[in-house]
Amino acid sequence: MIPFLILLLAAGQVAPPVDTARLSPPAPPAGVTAFDTPNDAGKSITLSWSAGEGAAPEAWLVERSGPPESTKVVAATEPADVGYLDEGVTNRTKYTYRIAAVAGADTIWSGPTLPVSSSAQLFNTVRLNILIAMVVFFTLIIYYIESAKKGKSLFVRRIAGLDAVEEAVGRATEMGRPIIYVPGLGSVSDIATIASLNILGEVAKKVAQYDSALLVPNRDPIVYTVASEIVKESYAKAGRPDAFKADSVFFITSEQFAYAAAVDGLMAREKPATNFFLGMFWAESLVLAETGAQTGAIQIAGTDSVYQLPFFITACDYTLIGEELYAASAYLSREPLLLGSLKGQDYGKLVILAVVTLGSVLLLLSKIPALGFFGRIIGFFSVR
Amino acid sequence: MKRSIPLAICLIMGAAMMVQFFVPHPVSVGFYDLTMKWVRIVGAFALVLGTGSLVMYHVDRIQRRKTGRYYSIVTLTAAAATAVIGLGWGIKPGSIFQDVIFSNLLVPLNASMFAILAFYMASAAYRAFRARTREAALLLVAAFVVMLGMVPIGAHIPFFWFLVVLAVALLVAGLVTRSKALMVGTGALVVGLLVWMGFWKFKVPQLMLPDTAEWVLSVPNMAAKRAILFGIALGGIATSLKVILGIERGWLGGGKQ
Repeated sequence: MIPFLILLLAAGQVAPPVDTARLSPPAPPAGVTAFDTPNDAGKSITLSWSAGEGAAPEAWLVERSGPPESTKVVAATEPADVGYLDEGVTNRTKYTYRIAAVAGADTIWSGPTLPVSSSAQLFNTVRLNILIAMVVFFTLIIYYIESAKKGKSLFVRRIAGLDAVEEAVGRATEMGRPIIYVPGLGSVSDIATIASLNILGEVAKKVAQYDSALLVPNRDPIVYTVASEIVKESYAKAGRPDAFKADSVFFITSEQFAYAAAVDGLMAREKPATNFFLGMFWAESLVLAETGAQTGAIQIAGTDSVYQLPFFITACDYTLIGEELYAASAYLSREPLLLGSLKGQDYGKLVILAVVTLGSVLLLLSKIPALGFFGRIIGFFSVR
Repeated sequence: MKRSIPLAICLIMGAAMMVQFFVPHPVSVGFYDLTMKWVRIVGAFALVLGTGSLVMYHVDRIQRRKTGRYYSIVTLTAAAATAVIGLGWGIKPGSIFQDVIFSNLLVPLNASMFAILAFYMASAAYRAFRARTREAALLLVAAFVVMLGMVPIGAHIPFFWFLVVLAVALLVAGLVTRSKALMVGTGALVVGLLVWMGFWKFKVPQLMLPDTAEWVLSVPNMAAKRAILFGIALGGIATSLKVILGIERGWLGGGKQ
């Protein structure tokens, strides 16, 4: 009796619940296709499939046939997956693939795909829209540069922050105090830093003409070497090479807050008449600008970081917002070629504005049931 | 020659990097990686120049007995000590460099500087929120809505009642200062509130402050941000093109073609 009871209990403990779905084997995957991964550097084949009708599998197996091994299972993927990227292939070698649905002891294979080989592409078609936009924009800029070369008069709106440069440099001369120029904390590969270095050249020329003192503390060693060269050249161009002091442009440190502390200290000790903060800035922007404001300096700032702009607008007298920073060099130098590019830039913005307006109108019209045609136009231009 | 060689290098490399962006071929990817390596190598050489500049600058300050030369002594001593400890005892985890100089000196000092930002923000906010102009007043109201909408109590305040309190505050301020503009503003706000209530059949509209704050951030704020970003993107491309074509030569110290 006791052995019978033990058997009964054991049976009750180990017997699994009956899963009727598992009794039938999983359905094989449907629509298995293999193709060369588009827009890549080669050595990659993309597989796609869909779950077949029937019981869901516990996993998918991906089998590759081709050299160097004749046949090999290259991956086991999750049941929710419907694709796999095989990056272990050799270019220009034919492979076939099979996908298996696995459930318990059952492994149901699909038929083999057509032979496929991988290759590197010469053009990334996903970036075609960027290429078109670039061509349009470059054409506009070059057209207006050529117009400027022919002597066409180009109107450029007033930028208060740049008009104030002359006044700011003059103020420093009158007060007998230095000017501090911070070319941002970015590297020389940042466009904002390049724009800032372009402005530095114009500011240094004015400083040399007015015989003021200029201090340029740097965070990036490459920016330091370029800034040093620019200031030296500008002094020479202004006819004052003797007035250039090699120690007026100096490297401080690559550490963000150590740099901010050093520049704060410099401002507190030197009590500059004017501060320029132009280039890339991060969290230290307000630390620098507030210290400068407390020392009573006139401050001109400019950055393309939308997160730091509010801080500069609050703490500085003039702020160059975004693109004004890039336009500053042309505005200050008044060179026709540079002004021509500004005009091209403005027409580029006009194109974007027109596209955005047209897109918005089409989207609104597409919401009216009777005007579904506009929805199809939107769909044609949508990124898929 | 001094200008034409850098300009030629800039043109060739700029054009090559532009083409590289559109070509996913391994040759193109390899070229990009190689260029990035060059940039790092040039950066390493520039660091030597930077260190030289740092030493020269502070030595000069000490020699000329300039104001604040004691800071220069501290800077040079710290730089020398860091270099000696790093070169002598290594920079691996557990070393003096990591445990003392980095973790117990540099990190807390950086954190202290970052913490100062909170106080600067308070003083900057005070300056920004002085409602001296119409724009500043609008900024003050928008900032107040966003700040109240972000704190727990804001979830219990309907935006309608916030505007009612604002209208009362404007009215009081207008009466005290006898400002015509404030009185006109109050009138406009009251009319606006009545129209809004009219749409809700003269019940308090169920729009809470967090929803309003979210709207301020995602609609007008986002629109302004995107407009600036469009300008930045185009300005960046134009600047790059000017540098590549040699039209912009400020980085070479300026000059005509």
